[in-house]
Amino acid sequence: MKQYETVIGLEVHVELATKTKIFCSCSTAFGGAPNSHTCPVCTGMPGSLPVLNKQVVEYAIAVGLATNCTITQHCKFDRKNYFYPDNPQNYQISQLYLPICRDGRIEIETAEGGKKTIGIHEIHMEEDAGKLVHDEWGENSLVDFNRSGVPLIEIVSEPDMRSAEEVIAYLEKLRLIIQYLGASDCKLQEGSMRADVNLSVREVGAAEFGTRTEMKNLNSFKAIARAIEGERERQIDLIESGESVVQETRRWDDTKEYSYAMRSKEDAQDYRYFPEPDLVPIVIEDAWLDRIREAQPELRDEKMARYLEEYKLPEYDAEIITGDKHLADLFEATTELCGAPKKVSNWLMGETMRLMKEADMDPENLSFSPENLAKLIKLVEERVINSSVAKEVFEQIFKEDMDPEKYVEEKGLKTMADDGALRATIEKIVADNPQSVEDYRSGKKKAIGFLVGQTMKATQGKADPGMVNQILTEILQG
Amino acid sequence: MANVISDETIEYVGILAKLELSDEEKERAKKDMGEMLDYIDKLNELDTTNVEPMSHVFPVHNVFREDIVTHEDGHEDTLANAPERNGDSFVVPKTIV
Amino acid sequence: MALMSLTAVELGKKIQAGEVTVEEAVRDALAAIQSKESQIHGFVTVDEEGALRQAAKVQQLIDDGTLTGPLAGVPVAIKDNMCIEGMRTTCSSKILHNFVPTYTAEAVINLQKAGAVIIGKTNMDEFAMGSTTETSAYGETRNPWNTAHVPGGSSGGSCAAVAAEECPYALGSDTGGSIRQPSSFCGVTGIKPTYGTVSRYGLIAYGSSLDQIGPVAKDVTDCATILEIISSHDAKDSTSVEREDLDFTSALVDDVKGMKIGIPRDYLGEGLDAEVRDAVLAAAKALEAKGAIVEEFDLSLVEYAIPAYYIIACAEASSNLARFDGVKYGYRTQEYDGLHNMYKKSRSEGFGAEVKRRIMLGSFVLSSGYYDAYYLKALRTKALIKKAFDEAFAKYDVILGPAAPTTAPELGKSLSDPLKMYLGDIYTISVNLAGLPGITVPCGKDHKGLPIGLQLIGDCFQEKKIIQTAYAFEQTRAYEHSPLA
Repeated sequence: MKQYETVIGLEVHVELATKTKIFCSCSTAFGGAPNSHTCPVCTGMPGSLPVLNKQVVEYAIAVGLATNCTITQHCKFDRKNYFYPDNPQNYQISQLYLPICRDGRIEIETAEGGKKTIGIHEIHMEEDAGKLVHDEWGENSLVDFNRSGVPLIEIVSEPDMRSAEEVIAYLEKLRLIIQYLGASDCKLQEGSMRADVNLSVREVGAAEFGTRTEMKNLNSFKAIARAIEGERERQIDLIESGESVVQETRRWDDTKEYSYAMRSKEDAQDYRYFPEPDLVPIVIEDAWLDRIREAQPELRDEKMARYLEEYKLPEYDAEIITGDKHLADLFEATTELCGAPKKVSNWLMGETMRLMKEADMDPENLSFSPENLAKLIKLVEERVINSSVAKEVFEQIFKEDMDPEKYVEEKGLKTMADDGALRATIEKIVADNPQSVEDYRSGKKKAIGFLVGQTMKATQGKADPGMVNQILTEILQG
Repeated sequence: MANVISDETIEYVGILAKLELSDEEKERAKKDMGEMLDYIDKLNELDTTNVEPMSHVFPVHNVFREDIVTHEDGHEDTLANAPERNGDSFVVPKTIV
Repeated sequence: MALMSLTAVELGKKIQAGEVTVEEAVRDALAAIQSKESQIHGFVTVDEEGALRQAAKVQQLIDDGTLTGPLAGVPVAIKDNMCIEGMRTTCSSKILHNFVPTYTAEAVINLQKAGAVIIGKTNMDEFAMGSTTETSAYGETRNPWNTAHVPGGSSGGSCAAVAAEECPYALGSDTGGSIRQPSSFCGVTGIKPTYGTVSRYGLIAYGSSLDQIGPVAKDVTDCATILEIISSHDAKDSTSVEREDLDFTSALVDDVKGMKIGIPRDYLGEGLDAEVRDAVLAAAKALEAKGAIVEEFDLSLVEYAIPAYYIIACAEASSNLARFDGVKYGYRTQEYDGLHNMYKKSRSEGFGAEVKRRIMLGSFVLSSGYYDAYYLKALRTKALIKKAFDEAFAKYDVILGPAAPTTAPELGKSLSDPLKMYLGDIYTISVNLAGLPGITVPCGKDHKGLPIGLQLIGDCFQEKKIIQTAYAFEQTRAYEHSPLA
């Protein structure tokens, strides 16, 4: 049997984290009643005109610089013409002829532990479409323009990837870069990051690429991996049976694990691009570029190095924590407050990870505040609570971002620091357990463990185990 | 007529422009477009080598907006002229089958 | 009192002086419309109630000293491609037969701030595509000088309404001559300003890179006054230009001594009606007699402006008019089978023949494989035309010529041969391609008694030079009221 190689390029759409839309002052906030975040501009009312949001250009440049692109210092917008009801003007303002960034690259780690460079063909700015809701039984679809005009950048890679693993490594790398820049939250499920997969197969060693298809509607890493596998098989089957692959756009159905051609007679795919006459060119002077370059935040690799150096974190911890922008932000903010990086790292690596796994959630959805974690760490450090109580309190912080000081106070969870009361409790336990006292005194030192356990039970866990041990030893030896 | 417009071309342009022409209109459109293109071909007499295409007449650039939300809930205005609405949404024939 | 025979500025003075109330002026306009519309049909919508309501408000603001401008209280008609909140705006198309905007065009807002009272919306060629106002879905407008003739277009309703004295002034829009040519045919004065001078926000686009709003009135003083009011830098229009020389009325000076005027020989050649030619050359002589330096020169490239224009305008129009699809506003066909059928039927039933013709042509020239040969070629030609004008304006202050090759044709004679109709735009079109200002002033009549217009073209941002020249010329002859005035 012939050996085939999969050749993959990605078109990744990222919704930028601006407050307003790309060409009007409407909010980009999620939710709201249908069409509540709309105005004449983003609904294609006759006579309305677009005015470009400067922040969109700055985010696009920031992403371009972070992905080693050349910035097009004289760039323009073009109109892409096609009819669809989610596209209110029936043209999308995009960039074809002079995209803002070109010729970039990022490095990914391969499964074998090596490094590979993935080329970025271009990054361009464009506007998002509205949302269509399909009435399952009726004959209609409903149109909501709240997302219409939300700014996007489209990052077009070179066809440099050869497997689903590489695709996911590339996407994760891109996501981290963009999240670190603050240019987008890049949530696949919510659609703020979307990937279309261009895929072709060819015999191993062939010089030419095969005919490619473009797959849309991929909204999780798992769906992307399945779609790549499914499309690879479909194309190989076609070739093996002597048919040819048709260059077309296909829609992936993740429940059926199959893609469907999206072609229709009415969809000519002839977009009649021409320069947008309602917008003027963008000239990006060196000074502007320098300003953005200087304002670039620390990216992942630099941050990791700093964690090792400045906080002396173990490499493994540093890698996990910097692997998510939100986790890293949480780490730094908490450390800033409590000054104990290793302890913060332990809480994040241990309990946080455990609870996240239990709840099947992503780090970006963590909702507790650095203030409350820092307070918890202080409470333990100052021996106000012991470590087992601390775990219980942390669960509350994790779930509801509870103030641990208040919680400990209200629930009476403070360690029994009152020497007299604790001594009295222990004396009673010693008196009630003559057998264990006997065992201890006859040399079975382990018997003390039972007595410590009894004391902790009697104090509902609030005693400091160290102190219990000390008092018990005194009494038993005295 | 140097430019002969075929039925296929008129059909294709109709798909692009979302216009449905009657047979009579199609014949007229073929003739009109052919004549117009013949006339437009006059431009080929003109040597435009090394001439930059000019889309904007004036060298105005970098017209931006600051990223500040100034627009309040606009759904009633947006939907005021809707041929068909359902709640706060526009209604169109189903887009997927 | 025949208030409508006054110029806008004269009427404004009487209102300021308390000799005439705003309501009287508005009622006079409404009465004129009432009595003349059956012959002229310059309006698509007349807003009697709204106008009287505005009149009361404006009167109050005049009385309390808030509104002191020259046009406060003067009625105005607006071409029906400019959006006005709450007032039906159709572009003279069936596809917008019921469209009521929720926003107002910036130029109209500027007028409202100055106390203008809007009495209605004027008829036009559908989506401003045409040169006769016969492509309107609501019936043609007729020329007040002879109702068997067209008023020109596309701002035919605005120009006819002013010439018939249904209102003292109006706003029009000019994409390829749509203010200057009908002004010429109707014997009134109209200005197409430098591109970017008047905001396009709220103007329903035909050719976005060419469209400009401008004034139509009885004389140059009115036009300069109106232009001064409607011009502004608008943050909502990215192509709006920041200018500090918007005091156009300062150019109303009767002095052309030393003004260098060039007449392109290319504008006097084949196709130009002899009577038009004589009238235009006589006007040049009159200016020369007042001390201007007049000479003929070769502008070149004139014959390439029309093909370049139709490629650019139709391409932009095919895209601009894509939004009319029966989804968000306007006409939706009654019966349809699925989405694309709904689109096609709504658009095919909603648009008239000329609009469809231009959308088809525009879609074709942008389609795959043709973009470079047509669209880019046209943009290159535009660059050359701009350069030719730059060279001309290195030598001359003003370019003088006719506004149109003929006087107004008879109704029903133009639409059968679109190409011939397009050729009538030859003297106006290159001005739009190069973004220049142009003005038309009446300069005579032909043997049929139809008006002839003189066109003066200025360099970018040099409105004042053409205003001054036009004003000086205007002083050599009296304004002629049309028979229907």
